[in-house]
Amino acid sequence: MARAVVTVPAQAKRGEIIEIKTLAAHAMETGFRRTQTGELIPRDIIRTFTCTYNGVEVYRVELHPAIAANPLIAFTTVAIESGTLSFQWVGDNGYSATEIAPIRVE
Amino acid sequence: MRTTRREFLILTAAALAAPTAAKAQLDPNLAANRKAAFQEALRRIVGDAQVRRGRVKLVLPPLIDNGNSVPLSVAVESPMTEADHVRAIHVLTEKNPLPDVVSVRLSPRAGRATLSTRVRLADTQTVTAVAQMSDGSFWSDSAEVVVTLSACLEEGLI
Repeated sequence: MARAVVTVPAQAKRGEIIEIKTLAAHAMETGFRRTQTGELIPRDIIRTFTCTYNGVEVYRVELHPAIAANPLIAFTTVAIESGTLSFQWVGDNGYSATEIAPIRVE
Repeated sequence: MRTTRREFLILTAAALAAPTAAKAQLDPNLAANRKAAFQEALRRIVGDAQVRRGRVKLVLPPLIDNGNSVPLSVAVESPMTEADHVRAIHVLTEKNPLPDVVSVRLSPRAGRATLSTRVRLADTQTVTAVAQMSDGSFWSDSAEVVVTLSACLEEGLI
C-alpha cells in the first residue's frame, strides 16, 4: 500500500553535502475535484515529510494539496557520521510510510 | 391550479437566469478572494517584517503544458552555519484554490537550503518563494508561469 522510494548515496566523505531524492506513491487528492455526479471528492493528501539522521531531524516539509501526485522531494544534508537516514511520510486517513537508508561515512 | 401562460414564462425566465447570474457574480469575487487569501497567507508567514527580494532563487519553467505536475525548485544563498542559516522556505501561489503550496523547515544540518518538488498550478500566475533566515529577515523571489492546461479545475475557473 504505502510505497516509497528513496535515493541516498551508499557512502560519503565526512562533511560532504549529499543529495537525497524521495518519492512516495500517493494520489494527493486535492479535495477540490468533483465526481461526474457533482459530489466533492474528499481531501486525501500527505501532510508532512520528515527526514531524520541518526535520530536527529534534518529536514521537514509540510505539504499542501498543491503538491502533485506521487510527491517528489529532493534536498541535501551533510554527511556527519555513519548510520541510518529514516524518512517518514504522514497524511490524511491514517496514511503513514517509513523508509530507511543506511549510509557509510569515511 | 393551472399555471397561466404569463406565470409560466416568468418562472422559466427566472429559472434560466438564476445560474447565469450566480456565475457572473462569482467570477470577479473569486479573483479578489484568492488575492486576499494570498496576502493573508503571506502575512501569516512574515508578520509585520519586511520582505526583501534576493538571495532566493525560484526556478520554474516559464511555459507549462500540464499544470498537474510542474517541476519547481528553490535554492537560498546561505552559508548554513549555526550562526547564519535558513530557518524556513515557503512557496505560495496567487491563483490556486489555496495559496500555500509547500513549507520547509531547515537546520544547518541540511547543508544547503534547497528544495525540488513538483506542484500543481490552477492557472497562469505568479509563484512566490519566501525564505526566513536565522536572523529573522525574510527574502523572496517570484516567477511567472504560463499554464495551458490547468490543474484542479472547478466551476469557478471554467
